[in-house]
Amino acid sequence: MTFQDVYAKLDARRTIVNRLMLGLLGLASLVAILPLVFVLYYVVHRGIQGLNLSFFTQLPKPVGETGGGLGNAVLGTLVLVGLGSAVGVPIGIASGVFLSEFKRSRFAPWLRSAVELLAGVPSIILGIFAYAVLVVPLHGFSAAAGALALAIILIPTVAKTTEEVLKLVPDHIREAGLGLGLPRWKVILRIVVYGSRSGILTGVMLGVARISGESAPLLFTALNSQYWPRGLLAPISSLPVQIYTYAISPFDDWTQLAWTGSMVLVLFVLVANLLMRAILGGKKA
Amino acid sequence: MTPATNAAKPPIPEPILSAKDVNAYFNAFHAVRGVSLDVEPNSVTALIGPSGCGKSTFLRTLNRLHEEIPGARFEGEVTLEGENIYGRGMDPVQVRRKIGMVFQKPNPFPSLSIYENVVVGLTLAGVKDRRLLDETAERALKHSALWDEVKDKLRAPGTSLSGGQQQRLCIARALAVKPPVILMDEPTSALDPISTARIEELLGELKKEVTVVIVTHNMQQAARCSDRTAFFFMGELVEYDRSTRLFTNPQDKRTEQYITGRFG
Repeated sequence: MTFQDVYAKLDARRTIVNRLMLGLLGLASLVAILPLVFVLYYVVHRGIQGLNLSFFTQLPKPVGETGGGLGNAVLGTLVLVGLGSAVGVPIGIASGVFLSEFKRSRFAPWLRSAVELLAGVPSIILGIFAYAVLVVPLHGFSAAAGALALAIILIPTVAKTTEEVLKLVPDHIREAGLGLGLPRWKVILRIVVYGSRSGILTGVMLGVARISGESAPLLFTALNSQYWPRGLLAPISSLPVQIYTYAISPFDDWTQLAWTGSMVLVLFVLVANLLMRAILGGKKA
Repeated sequence: MTPATNAAKPPIPEPILSAKDVNAYFNAFHAVRGVSLDVEPNSVTALIGPSGCGKSTFLRTLNRLHEEIPGARFEGEVTLEGENIYGRGMDPVQVRRKIGMVFQKPNPFPSLSIYENVVVGLTLAGVKDRRLLDETAERALKHSALWDEVKDKLRAPGTSLSGGQQQRLCIARALAVKPPVILMDEPTSALDPISTARIEELLGELKKEVTVVIVTHNMQQAARCSDRTAFFFMGELVEYDRSTRLFTNPQDKRTEQYITGRFG
């Protein structure tokens, strides 16, 4: 056998293995995407029939009456997620900046462990925490307690992604900033963080998407309500909790509202994600 | 170390930058050992020597960037136009406005445009005057010989330029804050030969307005573009002389061995 023969044999084998592996990768990707496609399809299929303006503008009707919507739950979710983000996002970003830019601080390892632990705590436990610090002392379920629970869930997600994104900025970029005669805080905020804003915002979006769908921590903090939001110290309705309540009810029109609510929730997260990508896509360096 | 070779020959009457008995450490490691060196105004001074000889560390003590590394320590004195930059109450941030720096890897700031990169030292210091910024950008880009290539795409990201253009952008960025001295740490070692040649040409132009101290691995580069050359070895300054003399008639045996390629 000549060298050419050996090589020809090897080449044939290599080509086959190459195609096989490529096929497997494609298959794995498909398996990963399929659930998303099915969920989207099924939720839209079941939810679309109940979608009309009154879904967003009306309160749920008592059993037996037709019509009605989940306007209070849509608004309630916006309030809870908005408030939770307003508290959680700044704290999360600040923690992430600290972990990345002051990693040699004696406090950093403690903060990192705390963030990692917090990320691993089941969300229902964080709900119990909010229950203990806000619901019990104030003698009642409240939107504020729900928002606090969501904020605490958001903090570790945002902190971790912010840290990871900032770590990708090479140190010589920071030195170049210092070398220009800029104070360290300006180098961090205006060059390192500003330059990484698209990555940080992606992390924020993922976190916000996650808390939009949380129901467990809201069950005994924000509880639920059949009325429009009545302030931060009153119970408030939210899509996930309302979906949970209605999906297990025996009434067909309630089940339909749950399906439509699911669709609205999924599409809200999807559209928010796509919008953020579209805005940031052109800005990426 | 014999102090005799440590002094500049011929002596520089009015140095713009003057290091006196500089020692720099990383924790227990003594990286720069008792270096004294005067820099002539409007000249190019090259620091050469084998890897790990302390030339880059010494350069970074000249604008107090050395102390930003954890575990770094400094002893000695560096004066800029007669003022000790390590003196009591001296702010390293102020020092670095007067002694700019260009790094080994081109490092334009991410997600800033070419224009924004050039004037960032001004805008982040609070300068808002549009006309002043435009003039500064144009002057700095012309000075760094990049203007003709980028004048029609100033809004494009700085990172969209080629490596050599990025490095000239970084030089423009350093020039924009009008420092009397610019330090360059192997500015061409990541560039192709043509980009390298452009930056070497640029050095001759730059010294009309600023003083340049450049660390280089490339002895030909030091011989071609510097007025004076300092040879570092094992953390010490072995010999410091006019480049024409140092490369043709070195006084120290180690210098001779290094420039003839017998080590390093």
